[in-house]
Amino acid sequence: MMRRIETIAWPIAGALSLLLAWQFLVPAFGVPAYIVPTPVSVLRTLAHEWRFLLTNALPTWIEALLGFVLGNGVAVLLATAFVYNRRFQAAYFPVVLFFNTIPVLALAPIIILIFGLGMAPKVIIAALISFFPTLVNTARGLTMVTANELDLMRVLSASGWETFWRLRVPRSVPLLFASLRIAATTCVIGAIVGEWIGSNQGLGAVIIQSTFNYQAERLFAAVTLASLSGLLFFAIVCLVESRFRRLNLGRS
Amino acid sequence: MTEASLAIEARALAIGYPQADGRAVATLGDLDLAVAKGDFLTILGPSGCGKSTLLRVVADLLPPLSGALSVLCRPPAEARRRRKVGFVFQDATLLPWRTVRENVALPLQVGRGRAEPIAGNRDIDALIDLVGLSAFAARYPHQLSGGQRQRVSLARALLCEPDILLMDEPFGALDEITRERLNDELIALWRRTGTTILFVTHSVMEAVYLGTRVLVLAANPGRVQALVDLAAIKATAAKDAEGRCRREDPALVAAAAELRQLLQDGAASA
Repeated sequence: MMRRIETIAWPIAGALSLLLAWQFLVPAFGVPAYIVPTPVSVLRTLAHEWRFLLTNALPTWIEALLGFVLGNGVAVLLATAFVYNRRFQAAYFPVVLFFNTIPVLALAPIIILIFGLGMAPKVIIAALISFFPTLVNTARGLTMVTANELDLMRVLSASGWETFWRLRVPRSVPLLFASLRIAATTCVIGAIVGEWIGSNQGLGAVIIQSTFNYQAERLFAAVTLASLSGLLFFAIVCLVESRFRRLNLGRS
Repeated sequence: MTEASLAIEARALAIGYPQADGRAVATLGDLDLAVAKGDFLTILGPSGCGKSTLLRVVADLLPPLSGALSVLCRPPAEARRRRKVGFVFQDATLLPWRTVRENVALPLQVGRGRAEPIAGNRDIDALIDLVGLSAFAARYPHQLSGGQRQRVSLARALLCEPDILLMDEPFGALDEITRERLNDELIALWRRTGTTILFVTHSVMEAVYLGTRVLVLAANPGRVQALVDLAAIKATAAKDAEGRCRREDPALVAAAAELRQLLQDGAASA
């Protein structure tokens, strides 16, 4: 019990010590509040402007969520196609690999140019950023079967679908969730990056506008909320994963 | 010997894997072999002689290169679809996300529509009991010892009540004490069920102790060195309380020495 309290208490103490240092050192060194506000004033801004901040967080969340579903969905489908069609994989996997070397930040203006200023380009950027780790991990998980396991399935006269569902899918689920946890935080980043470049609403837009207007407290509050959003998404994926594992996928 | 009493019959059988250039070079060629139902044939030979390949061909995991092979008087593929052939791999090949019970039950969940349905309600718990793992039915493979994992694998192969059991060095990775105990249990099981067993091994003593006949293969090129019948020796050998031959019986020891000599001859003439 004592150990459990300690594992929680030390990280909290560490974070509090840094916040305290920030609270007192920033004014002590004479940094003006419009450059770096104190944690207490950021908290006060969060409390005062919660309605404005939430109104802007909502589109970001929707874009991130849609991007998450779109990017991971396409990734899983493509990974399955790659596993079952080697020629398709040989033709298109290198293209996808090359595509992944383009920084999303560099790609974002092109996507905005094509898809305009609505929500669609932000969803696409969030999807692109989620897509690649899931594609690679799922493809790897689906192919992580041994020659003996495939022989076993053949001896038992298993169909292609049964081999997929009873062998390949359960093997790839842990890797799939590992990449979904990554995507849970990166899809928020993708949405915000999209909003930086062309939007008048969303957390990304708030961040850009308050930077230009020297509204440091609002800027810090928006950044805090963005970070909390990523954490929330991450927690939801973890929760779904623990539920999902109890479903006995491909076992009964 | 009548046709129907044969479990496996091979005539001028050549087996092997296709090479990169498309040509197929036989690992083991010109094999004539007849295995009677209820026989316990152990297959002994150096690496590369094609003994595992032979099991794979009988199980229809690999097509023969040439020659004729019938399994239970049928083509191998048909015997597989009728679920008459069980396979025990060297590594137990259990699915790690399934418990012991779920692993044993796997054959019930696959092959639907493609293979003969498994008749009636198979008592999975009785099967787990048979291999001595009742207390472990809810455990996962990583919580078991190597010997226990092989027992699960055996129970899974027995679920379809196969007429032929193919075992590819199943106890090769186990310690000697566990291996000897599993050998004893396998003999008891074979006596009770009358299943035909083909058992590949590297161990001369294991081959002698388990088999009614021993097929000795030589490598480079793969060929039959000898087919040794142990039935006469085993009929007169000293028995333990359960009716099994004693490992230290002089006749068994002598047979082992003979097999070693055959293996050496096979290596020398290559």
